Amino acid sequence: MPLMYPLVFAAFLFSVGVYGVLARRNAVMVLMSIELMLNAVNVNLIAFNAYLRDQLNSGQVFALFVIAVAAAEVGIGLAIVLLIFRNRETVNIDEVDLLRW
Amino acid sequence: MEKLAWLVPALPLVAWAVLLLVGKRLPGGGAAVGILAVAVGWVISLAILFGVIGGADAYHVSREWAPIGAGFDIPLGMIVDGLTAVMLVVVTTISLFVQIYSVSYMRGDERYTLFFANLSLFTAGMLIVVLADNLLLMLFGWEIMGVCSYFLIGHYWEDVANARAAVKAFLTTRVGDLGFMAGIFVLAWAARSFEIERIIDGVETGAIAATTVTLGAALLFCGAIGKSGQFPLHTWLPDAMAGPTPVSALIHAATMVAAGVFLVARMYPVFEASGAVLDEIGILASITMLIAALLALVQDDIKRVLAYSTVSQLAYMMAALSVGGYSAGVFHLFTHAFFKALLFLAAGAIIHTVHSNNMSEMGGLARVMPVTFVTFLVGSLALVGLAPLAGFWSKDEILTDAWNAGFGAGVEAPTSQSVAQIVFVTGMVTAFLTAVYVARMLWLTFGAAYRGQGHPHEADAAMLFPLVVLAAGAALAGFVGLGDNSISTWIQTTVLPSEGPATLNLGLVVATSAIALAGLALGTVLYRRGLPEREYLERAPLVWKTLQRKYFLDDLYEQGIVRAVAGALAPATYWFDQRVVDGVVNGAGLGTRRLARGLRYVQSGQAQWYAAALFLGVVGLAVVVTQLIGN
Amino acid sequence: MTGQEAAFLILAVIGGLAALLVVTSRNVVHAALWLVVALASVAGVYLLLAAPFVAFVQVIIYVGAIVVLLLFGIMLTRAPVGRRVLDNTLRARVGAFVVGGGFFVMLTVFLAGAFGGERISSQAATATAALGESLFRNYVLPFEAVSVLLLAALIGAIVLARRD
Repeated sequence: MPLMYPLVFAAFLFSVGVYGVLARRNAVMVLMSIELMLNAVNVNLIAFNAYLRDQLNSGQVFALFVIAVAAAEVGIGLAIVLLIFRNRETVNIDEVDLLRW
Repeated sequence: MEKLAWLVPALPLVAWAVLLLVGKRLPGGGAAVGILAVAVGWVISLAILFGVIGGADAYHVSREWAPIGAGFDIPLGMIVDGLTAVMLVVVTTISLFVQIYSVSYMRGDERYTLFFANLSLFTAGMLIVVLADNLLLMLFGWEIMGVCSYFLIGHYWEDVANARAAVKAFLTTRVGDLGFMAGIFVLAWAARSFEIERIIDGVETGAIAATTVTLGAALLFCGAIGKSGQFPLHTWLPDAMAGPTPVSALIHAATMVAAGVFLVARMYPVFEASGAVLDEIGILASITMLIAALLALVQDDIKRVLAYSTVSQLAYMMAALSVGGYSAGVFHLFTHAFFKALLFLAAGAIIHTVHSNNMSEMGGLARVMPVTFVTFLVGSLALVGLAPLAGFWSKDEILTDAWNAGFGAGVEAPTSQSVAQIVFVTGMVTAFLTAVYVARMLWLTFGAAYRGQGHPHEADAAMLFPLVVLAAGAALAGFVGLGDNSISTWIQTTVLPSEGPATLNLGLVVATSAIALAGLALGTVLYRRGLPEREYLERAPLVWKTLQRKYFLDDLYEQGIVRAVAGALAPATYWFDQRVVDGVVNGAGLGTRRLARGLRYVQSGQAQWYAAALFLGVVGLAVVVTQLIGN
Repeated sequence: MTGQEAAFLILAVIGGLAALLVVTSRNVVHAALWLVVALASVAGVYLLLAAPFVAFVQVIIYVGAIVVLLLFGIMLTRAPVGRRVLDNTLRARVGAFVVGGGFFVMLTVFLAGAFGGERISSQAATATAALGESLFRNYVLPFEAVSVLLLAALIGAIVLARRD
């Protein structure tokens, strides 16, 4: 298949993820959008791995690493969201603006 | 002993620092520190002078202090030759006795310690000028003296008039100092060095062009005009009498005002090489001595009489130097220091007890203050130039030199004949006037009946002791001009050979003595019975007015220069400083604040805003980079 | 159009729609479930791109663990429902659309410019053994690092979320 297919798909997923990060108020939703972005990256990696026919399959290996890191990140991210919720009774991230001027 | 000469200014400097820091806590207010420092310097100076009398060679030591580039450097050094030795003795002697005197005179003053500190600093400054081997170091000491003069004249600054007098003195001498500095740089640039020896070398070998020499000498003389109160910058000296009397004795009689004369003497080969400048000096000196003597005739304030007298005598010294009488000028400096300081200190004793400066409130004090009277008399007669007192020998030598240069035959004078003639004539006239105003001063102060309100009494020992010593000096100092090993032998510098002992022209001696006696007689006749109803000169109203307004010079300066500067230039500069200079500085701060206030909205604290900026930035960067690198 | 391409197109459309619904849904739980669909379609894409192992890992970890984690998070934070609560202001949404759109355009343009006419040749699915070899031989160091990272994340999450 043309290389552009998975690449455009990945770009689309990434852009949707960007929109979600910027447009959603709920912290958990923002985390979900970040997962979308990470998946887009993975698709990109796998696509290039297939295109280049890498002997070492580094694309796939790297994608595995990304998945592992994403898992770790979601874990920590949710722990933080929980803490914020415990302290402030809200998960709206525009109410967490303590670094404001 | 010459090697220790640097101690002489160093000790007063240390005394100044000590007095400033801990003086108030020392017993007696710290006066002993200042006196001790100068006393040690005095002993060293005397030892050096005896060494010079015994025929010691000049001693010169120098060290490079700061290189400036272009082959220049600022040296730090001192030169100890005959001229230096004589000046050292003069300065340290007068300073020592003035400080001893001040222990009594300034007792109870609230700024007693500061006074002594300033005196020490001033002494150090003058000694630096005397010892300096290069013009920059001399300038350094020169400026120290200027600033100390300001401090000391303004000692009683609570009275605005005193503060104004101090500012006037400072600014007027500053005007002269500008010329001085310009002269230094002209000569130093031409000679490629600041050292006096090198400059004199350059002048004598002809390495420096004649026009440069004349320019440099004329500019240097500007400094002397300012500091030594020559016309037209003499206006500050009478006003400087606002300071305490010891200050007048030290600074405005014996030392600082002599610095101008010393400068010309030290740089004499430079001046000698330029006849035009010597002519200028001669003319200015003649004008000065005459106008000052006339002004002294109509003053009520005893210190002002002495101040104008000082201006007149300084002009004598300058005139001597202008007609080639190098040793005569320095000799007169030497003797004048003694008798003028004596006169001021004695006047101070009188003022202290009468509580007034005005002779119209004195009179009949001879009976009440006998010692003061006798010392004052000695000083006055020395001033008049009556043999065998000190002033006679030096003044006569000056007039002899002027006569020889003006009317004598076969004399190689560096100045033109006509100028020397003018100098001689005005010198004789001024000698007459000097005798008249001195007699007036004596009779009004000590003669007839007491006109004042107080209870005058004799001064105490601390004040009388310096008076007696200085009176002895005023009486005997003249004899150093006699004989083979005379002062003129001593003051030969490294480049100026001795002129040999003074030769006395007997006819001239008779003439000058006659003039002096005639003047004294006239003064006695006019003022024997004390202050007349109306001053004699008041009968000529125009003359009287001109003299009272000091030839309108002060008005001229006030309206012409001071008005323009203080009235227009100063406010404009102030506005500029406040609005533009300060404005830029403040504006920088204000601008930054406003910018910050605008920019802080970027810190919204919301992560999504930051993320949006980030992504936008990435997009932008990607576009920019690919465009730049080319696809 | 080969079968592979057709399958890919279907999966891409499903995944794309699901992703859109994730970011626009008014209900958090619905959004999470649409996320599952999107992730599953991505797994399918992996299968088509000769990466079966990664596809399985994707399903197990992403769909199985991460989404469950997210759902737990939603539950524990009493996730509210409704547009007003879930979405940012209109201005922010427009800005987000601009940024996202800009990103999409930029990426597509550049990628098209760089890889416009390339094709992925059909190939055999990567054997897990080969992947394992590569992982434990050439990339063993990053592998160990990632394990330490996971340990750190584990400890961190526990410490953060403790009730003290």
